[in-house]
Order: sequence, then structure tokens, then C-alpha cells
Amino acid sequence: MTFRDAVREGIRDAMRKDARVFLMGEDVGHYGGCFAVSKGLLAEFGPGRIRDTPLMESAFVGAGIGAALGGMKPIVEIMTCNFSLLALDQIMNTAATLLHMSGGQFNVPLVIRMATGGGKQLAAQHSHSLEGWYAHIPGIKVLTPATLEDGYGMLTSALNDPDPVLIFENQTLYNMEGEALVNPGAVDIAKARVRREGKDVSIFTYGASLNKSLDAAATLEKEGISVEVVDLRVLRPLDDATIMASVAKTHRVLIVDEGWRSGGISAEISARIMEQAFYELDKPVTRVCSAEVPMPYAKHLETAALPQVESIIAAIKQLVPDHG
Amino acid sequence: MAKNIRMNAPLPDHDRARQLLHTMVLIRRFEEKCVELYSASKIRGFMHLYIGEEAVATGVIEQLQPDDAIVATYREHGQALAKGMSAGSIMAEMYGKVEGCARGRGGSMHLFDAKTRFCGGNAIVGGGLPLAVGLALADKMQNRKRVTVCFFGEGAVAEGEFHESMNLAALWQLPVLFLCENNLYAMGTALRLTESVTDIAKKGAAYNVESAAVDGMDLLAVSEAAAKAVAHVRECRPYLLECRTYRFRAHSMFDAELYRSKDEVTEWKKRDPITLFFEAMKAASVLSDADFEAVEKEVAKEVDDAVAFAEAGTWEPVSDLTRFVYSEGQRP
Repeated sequence: MTFRDAVREGIRDAMRKDARVFLMGEDVGHYGGCFAVSKGLLAEFGPGRIRDTPLMESAFVGAGIGAALGGMKPIVEIMTCNFSLLALDQIMNTAATLLHMSGGQFNVPLVIRMATGGGKQLAAQHSHSLEGWYAHIPGIKVLTPATLEDGYGMLTSALNDPDPVLIFENQTLYNMEGEALVNPGAVDIAKARVRREGKDVSIFTYGASLNKSLDAAATLEKEGISVEVVDLRVLRPLDDATIMASVAKTHRVLIVDEGWRSGGISAEISARIMEQAFYELDKPVTRVCSAEVPMPYAKHLETAALPQVESIIAAIKQLVPDHG
Repeated sequence: MAKNIRMNAPLPDHDRARQLLHTMVLIRRFEEKCVELYSASKIRGFMHLYIGEEAVATGVIEQLQPDDAIVATYREHGQALAKGMSAGSIMAEMYGKVEGCARGRGGSMHLFDAKTRFCGGNAIVGGGLPLAVGLALADKMQNRKRVTVCFFGEGAVAEGEFHESMNLAALWQLPVLFLCENNLYAMGTALRLTESVTDIAKKGAAYNVESAAVDGMDLLAVSEAAAKAVAHVRECRPYLLECRTYRFRAHSMFDAELYRSKDEVTEWKKRDPITLFFEAMKAASVLSDADFEAVEKEVAKEVDDAVAFAEAGTWEPVSDLTRFVYSEGQRP
């Protein structure tokens, strides 16, 4: 089973269980989804619930907000997070504000899924990681699944949530293979999770960088460095407690983020560690982020722009020089 | 004056005429009071007045059922009052009091009321159109025969969301009434300076949305056109109704009105929708001067009560500041 299958099963099961759930977006029906996530769903549920939209991100996201207000549970798919900027007004000025602006009267139970991230040579208009940006906005929740369990379960939990939830699916994860899910269901969408225990240094990461971090940790273990890898899972709200507990355990921190460094989620996490766990630190917080360039097309340049296992290993060795 | 009235609309009976007059006068006097209170710094922020355009909200909303929804703009006091929201809750909102219809979190531009399905004043021009399409989609998917009316100004027609929303509503045959209040100026920029085709009703044809234009100063003409439009939408088909109207006051409280002449304003004021309607009703012996006086008296009390309600209101404790960013309980 792939990550793609897990997300599809999450959508399918939700639609089977609840007639209010429907999917809309560009090419989700006849084409089967830009990344083939919704392949086969049109045949099962028909065009009334698997709705191909025109190319109008702002209108179909806005229509999703309206449908949510009207008692439906829409899943809106935006092909990539770069395109979501065409709908940013609806997401930020409407979905995120309605509940508060209406004094608690109008909540928006909307789920927006979008592909994020680089690594497939899609260049500067299809490859960015904007989840950290979205995490800036109060009123929405930002989820970044990196496992099959979360691919399925976060969608389920997002649909149960009374407020707008954005799910960022890293496009390099769709083909990731994993064990078939047994009795899949909702997962918590509030907590980070320690994916690998360690004692020398903590990596805080999410999405596609999780696997790179786990690979780096496996390599470093052979060199005598014990790395704890924390999958943030949820970028808004951040799970400060899990982060600070890991800092208190290892006293050294590396943040790995496919977003840009300046003003990104890595900066936010670093600041929170300063505020809440400064005296636990043996070394300054370190970051591996994407290079501050629009994502280039050429393979070697794109590889250089993104966090990689090698750059993670190098950063850890700087943090833990007395090991190995 | 009465010569300007389109008398081919059926005459209302006394009760209906009185009710219509009441709604228009309420909107007018409520907003005149708002100006006073703004000058006294009781109301702050941006405030946009509907004075001059009362016939549009009054005539359109008269045709709606209580569970039909409205999505409005930042110039929405009139629609809110016409939909049946209490003047007190609106005034308290503008005071920023917790008794306001949005607990003082929205102010003049963001009136909300779930009970009357008033889904907000939206202050992003064009931003409400997709939302209205979505409300209509939800009704269609749940086989409810409800209508969603989306009010927007002619300025919004230049936004992409107008075109996207018209297309989607037509493509999916959704029960939404696109209600364009064409008051000729997008803030201070004239329609002729912003649209290559200034006949807005014509734009419906591009999306296969049935459309019409009506004299927005003529209450009965608006009401009649709205009745037809709402009946069409009730059958799950979108409709575009352009109401040609004029705001008598400045765009907001910070507008020196450099972009239009006093003569133009004076000419339009000769077609004041309240005067036009009342004079026609008087000429037809449907309403009398005594009716007008009685309506004024009732409205004066309603406005006074609204102000008293707002004055007596309380401030939400600052400790509640971050409430309602996320839902506090699960949705029923």
C-alpha cells in the first residue's frame, strides 16, 4: 500500500460513512486526480460527490466554505500549494476569520488538501512548501502527514473537526510504500510524535523530511550518535510540550524544514525553544532548510536546494562534535 | 415626482405598503442616527451608509422566506435590518459591545446572525460570491428549496470571483441570486472607468445566467423583479439581478467626494426611494400622511431603543479575546 492509497482510502471510507462528505477540485473526477489520489472515486460515488471544478481556485475554495456553512463536509483538493495562493483570500480572509468575526456563530468545517514540496523537478511554480506560511494564520489547523497511518487518519480527523483544516501532502510521499493499514481510523491532530528515540540530539521535522531525518539517524547510530527524531505532524497548533520534552532529554536541537529559513516554521520552533527551554540547551539551535531561492528545475540544483540526508548528517556532526 | 414611478407594478394593499415604508424608513433613520453616533465617537472604524439605496434591500428581501440566506457586503446595515435582525443587536455591534450581533468582533462591516441566516457582511470586494455559491451548493446537495441571495456592488463585477462564481453557479445550476447593487461608484471610481461593458445585466449572457436590470430607486419595480428572480432561483437556477441605484452619502465616513458633482447628487436625490414610494402610495390612496407620521413615530422609538440597548451593553472581558478562533464544542 502506498501513501496515495492511504489518502484515497481515507476519502473513500469517509464518503461511505457520511453522505455530507464530498470531494471537489480540479481534475479530481474524470482525470483521477493530478496525483491519482482520487482515481476510481468518480466511478464509485458519481459526479454529484466527486466534483470536477473549473480552474478557479478562489471560487471553489470559497464554495467549499459556503458548503461547509450549509451543513456539508467538503474536501477541497488544490493541486499544489503554489496554486493555493489564488485562493489565499478565501482561506485567510474568510475560512480563518468567520468564526471569530461572527462572535462564534459560523464555524467552517472545511478540509483543504494540497500537494506540497519539491524533489520532482517541477521548478518554481509547483515545488514550494508553504505549510509554514499557512501555520502563521490563527483560525486554521495545519497538518503535515508523513506516514500511511497519518495519510488516512489525518483526513478522517480533519473531517471530524468543526473548523477549517489544511492538509499538506508532500508530493514525493505519494509513492511511499508501507504496511497495509489494519483497522485505520482517526488519529490525534494535536500532538507531535517521537518516531525514533535518541539521547544525543533531537531533530524536529515533518513531511518528506521525516524519512530523510530517519535515514540520517540510522547512519549516525553506526557512528555512535543517538538521534531522536520528532515528527511534528501538526504545524498549527504546534505541540510545544513534546518539543520541550525532547529538548530537555537531548539538549541539542536540529530543525529540518523544507520551507525557507527566513520567517519560516523553523524560526518559530527555534524561538519557542528559546522562550521555553533555553537553559536546557547545550548548543545553539541549528536548522537545515531549503535554500532561499525559487526552486530550480535542474536536478543537481534542486537537490542542492532541498534538505538532504547528507546535509542533515553534516549538521548533526556540527552539533555533536565529540562523538563518532 | 410621482411621474417617475413605474406604475405598472401591481399596487400593494395598505398593510404591505405600510410595512415596506416602515422598513425603508427604519433603515434611513437608523443610519442617520449612526452618523450622529459616529461624530460622537460612539461608533468607530469604517462605516458605509446605505442611504439612498433602501428600496433595493427592502424590495428584494420582501420576497424571501425566513430560512433563505443572505451574503452581503460591508454596506449591509439595510439588508440586516430588512432580514429581521434587531436594530439593537446591530447598534450594539457598532458600539463594539458583547451584546452586538457578533459580540463586537465584527463592527459595522461584519454583521452576522445565524438565526436569520444573515451570513455576514464581507469586506473583501467579491469575497462573498463564492461563499454564496457554496451555500447554494449545500442546499442543492441536501435537496432543500432554499434561496441564497448574494448582494454585491458593481465594483465587484471587476473581480475574478464574480466571473468564477457566475460560471460555477450556472454550470452546476445552483439556487443563488446574484444581486448587483449598481450605485455607479466603486468607492470613488466611476463604473465607466472600470468596466468595458457597463451594462452589468448583459454579463449574465456570457455564463448562461438569466438576468435583468431594474430601477433600484423604485421599490415596487425592485420587488416585482425580485419576485421573478427568486421564483426562478427557487427552481434551482441562478439569476443575476442588477438594481440601478445611488448612494446619497459619501462612500464611508472618510470621503471628501471629489469624484462626483454636487449637481449629480442633487439630481439623484430627487428620486429618493422613500419619497417616490410614499408619494405614489398617497396618490393611489393606499397610504396617507397619517400613516407616514405613525411610521416615523414607530421607527423613532425603535432607533431610540436600539441606542439605549447599545449604551446599556457591556464590554466583553479581555480574557475572552482568543475565544472563537477555534470552536469550543463539537458541532451539533
